[in-house]
Amino acid sequence: MDFSEKTAWFSKKAALPLVLTWAGLLMALLPLFLKSYFISVLSATGFGLFTLGSIWYIYLKFRNTDSANLQHYVWFNQFSARRSAAWLLGIILTAFYIVLFWFPEYLTGLIRIFDPLSFLLRGRQADEWFLYGGLYTLAILIMGVRALLKYQSSPYHKWRTVSIMFFQLVLAFILPNVLALFKEPEFYFSYFWPLKYDYLFPVSFENLQKHPGGLTTFMLFWTVSLSFLATPILTYFFGKRWYCSWVCGCGGLAETAGDPFRQLSNKSRKAWQLEVAIIYPVLGFITLTTALLWLNSYYKGGILGSLSGGFAHTYGFFIGMIFSGVVGVGFYPLLGSRVWCRFGCPLAAYLGWLQKHFSRFRITTNGGQCISCGNCSTYCEMGIDVKWYAQQGKPIIRAACVGCGMCATVCPRGVLKLENKKPEGRYEPTSFIHAESLRIL
Amino acid sequence: MKTQENSSKHVIIIGNGIAGVTAAITIRKLSDYCITVISGENEHFYARTALMYLYLGQLRYENIKPYEDWFWQENRIELRHAWVNRIEFEEKTLILASGETLAYDKLLLATGSQTAFYNWPGQESKGVHGFYDLEDLAKIEKATQRGGKAILVGGGLIAVELAEMLHSRNIDTTILIRDAHYWGKNLPKAEAEMVRKRLEQKGINLLFKTTLEQLEQDSEGWVCAAITNEQERIPCTFVGIATGVQPNLELVKNGSINTQKGILVDQFLETNIPEVFAAGDCAELAFAENRIEQIWYTGRIQGETAGYNICGHQVPYERGVPFNSAKFFDLEFQTYGSVNPEVNTEESSLFWQNEAGTASIRINYLKDELKTVTGFVLLNVRYRQEVCETWIREQKPLEYVMKHLKEANFDPEFHRRHEKSIQHVYKSGN
Ligand SMILES: Cc1cc2nc3c(=O)[nH]c(=O)nc-3n(C[C@H](O)[C@H](O)[C@H](O)COP(=O)(O)OP(=O)(O)OC[C@H]3O[C@@H](n4cnc5c(N)ncnc54)[C@H](O)[C@@H]3O)c2cc1C
Ligand code: SF4
Ligand code: SF4
Repeated sequence: MDFSEKTAWFSKKAALPLVLTWAGLLMALLPLFLKSYFISVLSATGFGLFTLGSIWYIYLKFRNTDSANLQHYVWFNQFSARRSAAWLLGIILTAFYIVLFWFPEYLTGLIRIFDPLSFLLRGRQADEWFLYGGLYTLAILIMGVRALLKYQSSPYHKWRTVSIMFFQLVLAFILPNVLALFKEPEFYFSYFWPLKYDYLFPVSFENLQKHPGGLTTFMLFWTVSLSFLATPILTYFFGKRWYCSWVCGCGGLAETAGDPFRQLSNKSRKAWQLEVAIIYPVLGFITLTTALLWLNSYYKGGILGSLSGGFAHTYGFFIGMIFSGVVGVGFYPLLGSRVWCRFGCPLAAYLGWLQKHFSRFRITTNGGQCISCGNCSTYCEMGIDVKWYAQQGKPIIRAACVGCGMCATVCPRGVLKLENKKPEGRYEPTSFIHAESLRIL
Repeated sequence: MKTQENSSKHVIIIGNGIAGVTAAITIRKLSDYCITVISGENEHFYARTALMYLYLGQLRYENIKPYEDWFWQENRIELRHAWVNRIEFEEKTLILASGETLAYDKLLLATGSQTAFYNWPGQESKGVHGFYDLEDLAKIEKATQRGGKAILVGGGLIAVELAEMLHSRNIDTTILIRDAHYWGKNLPKAEAEMVRKRLEQKGINLLFKTTLEQLEQDSEGWVCAAITNEQERIPCTFVGIATGVQPNLELVKNGSINTQKGILVDQFLETNIPEVFAAGDCAELAFAENRIEQIWYTGRIQGETAGYNICGHQVPYERGVPFNSAKFFDLEFQTYGSVNPEVNTEESSLFWQNEAGTASIRINYLKDELKTVTGFVLLNVRYRQEVCETWIREQKPLEYVMKHLKEANFDPEFHRRHEKSIQHVYKSGN
């Protein structure tokens, strides 16, 4: 965004949308404190006003961005530069997750506001997870509009953002709920093992089989083939990005709502070492557990006994709730938008391993053109020190890379290109730079 | 592992810019010499090319350091944050501003350049600054926080970077350009025109065929107006000097080292004094029409070459097929090989631009029978360096290049492709 435009429009044009946004938000949250029919109507209206106001504001702010000014002022901003407003937001988000996971009864008022939508989609009352899914989807949609405007100069970002918004809205929100309406098992077609680790646990198979029918069989087939067939094949052709920055809901939130915070990811070598030390053990743990559970079920509980259920619960608590929720999203304004994806997601580990060793994907450096400006590394949400490779003329092939394309978009010299090409010679550097073969890891 | 002979040698490098640092890294790779890099500006190497992003709030200082701080110690490159006051070439010592004396076996001068001021009356006023280093940036920040209007002097890359910076802070900006069009030496007219349009769309005022005569200051010593060669008086609160840079010779000016505009070096980048080398912005290539190359990429290649020669490998400096890139607001600019057929009568070119005037491709070729391709000039289109450089080096005819143009494309995925359009221009021209 241009500062010139900012000052010019800020006082006049932005006033109304900002008022709408804040007033809408306050109205929407009223049921947390008060209860009456009138309050419910007010709250529903508030959601509408909030959506309208925020999109209007975003439109005014980002409609004129081009390929040069899209990251101006990031480090002057209260939120994106991790100043006091960011801490406050971090605390609020974290508090929300804590209440959601452990004290959902405090959300009852708000949950009731979602009843009409819940009845419409799935024919029963809303619960805290329906509320969460709704808010999550709303965040991706509103901030998706922001991403579409902010990155309007890049067709890659446009298509990617549309894809993310679609998968969240249709496959992760509407479809699972509609399935429930038709008394089918609630099923997420866009999530699978090892992220949805329990989809391959024996108990899921047993549960699915309780709903016999063509669709259930299809779901079983779908989840197994996504994990073991589609994932290696798609990752071979496109890299990890086909999932992490085009389909996944966690990635979707990071790319949209998390975009103002992407530059906060830690780029140091220490952070990289920590990443490797955590993420692969997480994957190993899940693989092992899945195998054990199957053995257990084969021996009819002879190995783990009642332990198996307990495990899934404990893991779900630590990884699913604390890691992906509280730290993963609650700490967006403090640690950046992809903490979960980078340090905790077992599927990211699996995809990353495939990407590193069996894929056509790489980010090519254009000869000796890099001016070491550091834009690419700064805006890499996965904390990859992209310029380390670029300034040596090397392609960037990192397990962590989610192929968001931001490094290439912010590079002021057009040095980087995400591409899928034949795997032979994938690691070969350009012949234009020779000096630095000193290694860091 | 250390050989006695090697480790006893001490290489001192003055200047921690791209040239000095690339030399240090190359020497570390090739040898076990003790390496000391001395710089007065700051302790760690940073990307000068990224200074503008600090002002834009796009990057912070720690983001523009190409290496993490542990890198230097781990690779046994000693960093000294100090100014060198004098060099005693006979004794092979140098004296720091603190009075401390250091002895060297081999010396690399990589002192960079400085903004060229042309003795305009009033140029010492407050609010008149070049744009070269961190100190300049701090001064620009301070001066422009006063608001008001800005004047930039110079029609090159730095002027546009400054314009972009000031634009981001809503400061009304006028650029004085000596030539009849922007960056006359390097840009063909059509491209210069595209850049002009873009700048004017952004609200930047361009005054062509205009130079600075003198500056006026107010009672507090701040600049308050610029007088042009047309005797026009333009009120302003900030003046950015972007009339180019000149090699920084302060340290060697009165010594026994041969200099003209820069420090004269032979093809091994050695000066007239044995075991004293020079590289980067400060070096003048006596063996190559006394060229002075003041860009990032050449600084890196020169630093690397100097490193090899300091370690006793005789490697002549070869720049290869020239290339460069820049960005004028949102217009990306890329060149390979020869850039401007308008100043070279042996060349002609094939040119295409899109309707909006926001993207263009120019392919330069010799006016010979085969139309041997000599260069590419691209705006908002990206081509692969490897491919273009191979075509130019292998003297491919235009016909061949037109047929294989696809291989050169480096635009992002899902971008609109332009090969067909320029192939169309080519066919209709024949
Ligand atoms: C704002 C700006 C933008 C640019 N953008 C681009 C671009 O996009 N692309 C491009 O190709 N080029 C660009 N350039 C040019 C490029 O940055 C320079 O060519 C390059 O940085 C020069 O590197 P160097 O190592 O020769 O010298 P420098 O980077 O100037 O380093 C010299 C160092 O020597 C030190 N030094 C000097 N004298 C002494 C002394 N007596 N004692 C101790 N230390 C001393 C100084 O402290 C200085 O840090 C840009 C330049 C500027 C100023
Ligand atoms: S390396 Fe580039 S594409 Fe990969 S995650 Fe980082 S910014 Fe995104
Ligand atoms: S690749 Fe581009 S963004 Fe990254 S350091 Fe190099 S020039 Fe800057």
